[in-house]
Amino acid sequence: MTTIKSLEDLKKLREQALEKRKAKSASGSTQVIVAMGTCGIAAGARDTMKAILETIEKEGISDIIVTQTGCIGLCEREPIVQVVVGENPKVTYGKVTPEVARQIMHDHIQNGKIVENHVIPM
Amino acid sequence: MKHTRAMVLVSGDPLSLERGAMDVYNRLQDEIKAFGIDQEVNVTLVPELGRHDAAPLVVVYPEAVIYGPVKPENVHYLVEEHLYKGRVAAELQASVKELSGKIAWLTARKGTLPAEQRIVLERAGLIDPTSVEDYIVHDGYQALGKVLAEMKPTDVIDLVSKSGLRGRGGAGFPTGTKWGFVAKAPGSPKYVICNADESEPGTFKDRLLLEGDPHCLVEAMVIAAYAVGASEGYIYVRGEYSLAQERLHLAILQAKEMGFLGKNIFNTDFSFDLHIHSGAGAYICGEETALIESIEGKTGQPRSRPPFPTTHGLWGKPTLVNNVETLANIPAIIRHGAEWYRSFGTPSSPGTKVYTILGNVNMTGLIEVPMGITLREVITIYAKGMKDGKAFKFAQTGGSSGSVIPASLQDTPMDFDSFNKAGVSLGSGALLICNEDNCVVDMAKVLLNFFRKESCGKCNPCRIGCQRSWEILNAISEGRGKMEDLPVLMELSANLANLSNCGLGQTAGTPIHDILTHFRAEVEAHIRLKVCPAGVCRMREKVLR
Ligand SMILES: Cc1cc2nc3c(=O)[nH]c(=O)nc-3n(C[C@H](O)[C@H](O)[C@H](O)COP(=O)(O)O)c2cc1C
Ligand code: SF4
Repeated sequence: MTTIKSLEDLKKLREQALEKRKAKSASGSTQVIVAMGTCGIAAGARDTMKAILETIEKEGISDIIVTQTGCIGLCEREPIVQVVVGENPKVTYGKVTPEVARQIMHDHIQNGKIVENHVIPM
Repeated sequence: MKHTRAMVLVSGDPLSLERGAMDVYNRLQDEIKAFGIDQEVNVTLVPELGRHDAAPLVVVYPEAVIYGPVKPENVHYLVEEHLYKGRVAAELQASVKELSGKIAWLTARKGTLPAEQRIVLERAGLIDPTSVEDYIVHDGYQALGKVLAEMKPTDVIDLVSKSGLRGRGGAGFPTGTKWGFVAKAPGSPKYVICNADESEPGTFKDRLLLEGDPHCLVEAMVIAAYAVGASEGYIYVRGEYSLAQERLHLAILQAKEMGFLGKNIFNTDFSFDLHIHSGAGAYICGEETALIESIEGKTGQPRSRPPFPTTHGLWGKPTLVNNVETLANIPAIIRHGAEWYRSFGTPSSPGTKVYTILGNVNMTGLIEVPMGITLREVITIYAKGMKDGKAFKFAQTGGSSGSVIPASLQDTPMDFDSFNKAGVSLGSGALLICNEDNCVVDMAKVLLNFFRKESCGKCNPCRIGCQRSWEILNAISEGRGKMEDLPVLMELSANLANLSNCGLGQTAGTPIHDILTHFRAEVEAHIRLKVCPAGVCRMREKVLR
């Protein structure tokens, strides 16, 4: 990693990162974000994450990024998973068990069909 | 599950009642049912809304539109226009734009509800907490860069003072003033400590930030250190927060690598080092002087004050202690300015507050809302109403060191000064909402049991007072209480408040005082009738016979 020596350095780094991100979403790649705060993990987010990663491997899904984030405050709906496909708006799912996660991978990510009954309206 | 999207308040003061407020109230309910929106709209008759000149008043949230004087025959139109079609029924609007009663402030934040206002938790749950790049993309470390490039330490303190930010650790002390004390205190080195002990039961707001946005805290601490002239800092994290500690460690490592921490930050002469200290699981170590003792390797017992940590803190040196949430406000204040910050909340308590909502409500969890919102709003709008439609009885604020707030005070704006005036305290931001099935004696007993165990034992009023209060409450809850116990309880509670050395003892008597003030009849029923009206306490068989 580079050392930041001035505000200019910081701005440059930020812009580079933004460019990288834009290129990624323009290429239509998919991002899956799993909320991994203590509440999420307690509700089973680790199993959900595992199921997602296993599905990716098994199905050979490419051009996909899986990341984690903190709790967003809806602890009651954990485990929460968010999906961004290309430049489409972010879809937030609640109560995502490993089974639901596999369904999301299959329906939403591979076939572009949102799993409506697990969506949390934001 | 009932999802409330709008809330209607009808004024129920004597004058309004005389002018037909009851009819208006009944008609509102009928009309709302007739339009089929009774599952989404909540109607309440409240004791007092102020502005008698336009009585009876009807106020509709979340837009906070004031209607008045409203006649029963206007109700159909009002419901159809505002609640069904979503337009303001302009003809019926009161000539007054502000209320003079308890909730006069509400017009000041028209339209800000029910959307949450996120300043502290802006990025939590949005960014990847393990990626410093993600933090930078979301404006991270810009405030630090600005501070080091363009501001003198005194400028930073001035800005924080102007913002009106007050400590979120419980006491609400003005943050800028505290920073000023440390900056002016003689002696070096100076220290900055972040209090992330968060040991109040039911409070987990700091954890969410630590886990979701650790770099925000790191950035804030470097800024604080620059402002007060500190060269070293500690984050005192609750021992059980292993995930938070893990993420903080990573954040510190990344910040060091990128030059946001360590020597010559942003290529200036300013250097600052940051350590994590894991707490060992005692509630009292959240008290700032006990926390300092604990970092020094001693038993976590509060010191006598004065002198205060601002002059004699860690290793006897000037030390700044701030709560996580307090610090998390700093980068945003630097980026957007004091004016901007003051546009949220109330004049005396600007900004937002993070609450953890627990208890008998439909939606528990975490919210960040402007200061000055009322308990009623929290329950109806954010917590989506009481569970199973039961009645709200009381709320317990602040984990354990807050107040018991009866339903009659639910329209008090939740900010430091309004709460002080009403004789209640905000505590750390936990809101335990209880319905009619909960017993106040039982709750006070549970709380005193907690304090009795967590008292560090250094001073008598607290060590003995908590134990004795618990014993008496226990007896009352089993039907063994005597009427003479009540003045004794009041005395114990007053002694705790007046004679204890630290905040633990000083607040331990609050629940006793509160239940005897607001729920005396219920307590007396346990003693006189040997009955628990809520059906919670189990009376001893022997007593009943
Ligand atoms: C028994 C007791 C427990 C406390 N626990 C905490 C805590 O867990 N976290 C916290 O920030 N402050 C806690 N405080 C308040 C701190 O002593 C101190 O006032 C606070 O950290 C100051 O930060 P602020 O000015 O940012 O609010 C506690 C106080 C007492 C008396
Ligand atoms: S008030 Fe209680 S916790 Fe505080 S110093 Fe005294 S005994 Fe210890």
